[in-house]
Amino acid sequence: MPSKPAGTLYRGKVGMWSWVLHRITGVAIFFFLLVHIMDTALVRIDPAAYNGVIGTYKTPIIGLGELGLVAAILFHALNGIRVILIDFWRKGAKYQNVMFWIVVGLAALLFLGFAPRHLMNVFGAH
Amino acid sequence: MSVIIEQPKSPRSRKAANWEKRGWMYMRVSGVLLIVLIFGHLFVNLFTGEGIHQIDFAFVGGKWSNPFWKVWDVTMLWLALIHGTNGMRTLVNDYTDREGLRKTLNWLLWIVCGALIVLGTLVATTFDPCPAGTPVNLLPALCNGLTH
Repeated sequence: MPSKPAGTLYRGKVGMWSWVLHRITGVAIFFFLLVHIMDTALVRIDPAAYNGVIGTYKTPIIGLGELGLVAAILFHALNGIRVILIDFWRKGAKYQNVMFWIVVGLAALLFLGFAPRHLMNVFGAH
Repeated sequence: MSVIIEQPKSPRSRKAANWEKRGWMYMRVSGVLLIVLIFGHLFVNLFTGEGIHQIDFAFVGGKWSNPFWKVWDVTMLWLALIHGTNGMRTLVNDYTDREGLRKTLNWLLWIVCGALIVLGTLVATTFDPCPAGTPVNLLPALCNGLTH
């Protein structure tokens, strides 16, 4: 019977999963950026057309999508600092594990500061 | 066609610039700047005032009548798009095994990147907050009193 692979420093642990999350959030942000540049370009064509398209950003479903976008940006940004510290800080590799949880905690904190206000803006009376 | 991986023992040529290293450094430098630029962008546009509900042509017109926000947004555009495109290039290099497909996708990425940088920069630099023939209620307050 094959035994479970011996534990490694990387595989299946924080190092690997933070890398996976960094890629997924990066791709998501990239495709949003492409859309966002094109919708903003409408300000140069027609104010009413711009208002129409930006109006979809205020709908409940896209409003919830914006929460996901902000969450992705928060993780990608803070984990990016962690990557830089691993690369340039003498003790970065030693503390990469605890730094990941600081990234998650800080991202969660900032997200909780943003989410209620954004939800009120999306679902509140206007 | 398979990808050729250089032998670790073979020294890198000293003649050409090391673009892979420059790209690696760019991701870190632009990343730090983008944290400031994007967090500021999200704070002003989504957190202050009515958040997402305040965003319309008048809001953009008001912001871009200040050169500070124009420079902010154009800097963000260049840094973010090149950062994102270079990140996508890394993924293409990792996940394609046919050399032709890899080259095609990377070309496509940089063409899209270049086109959107030109588009976005032109939009911001040639922007008119008070275009003629637009209903007054759609325009930023600074257009009040202007006649076309």
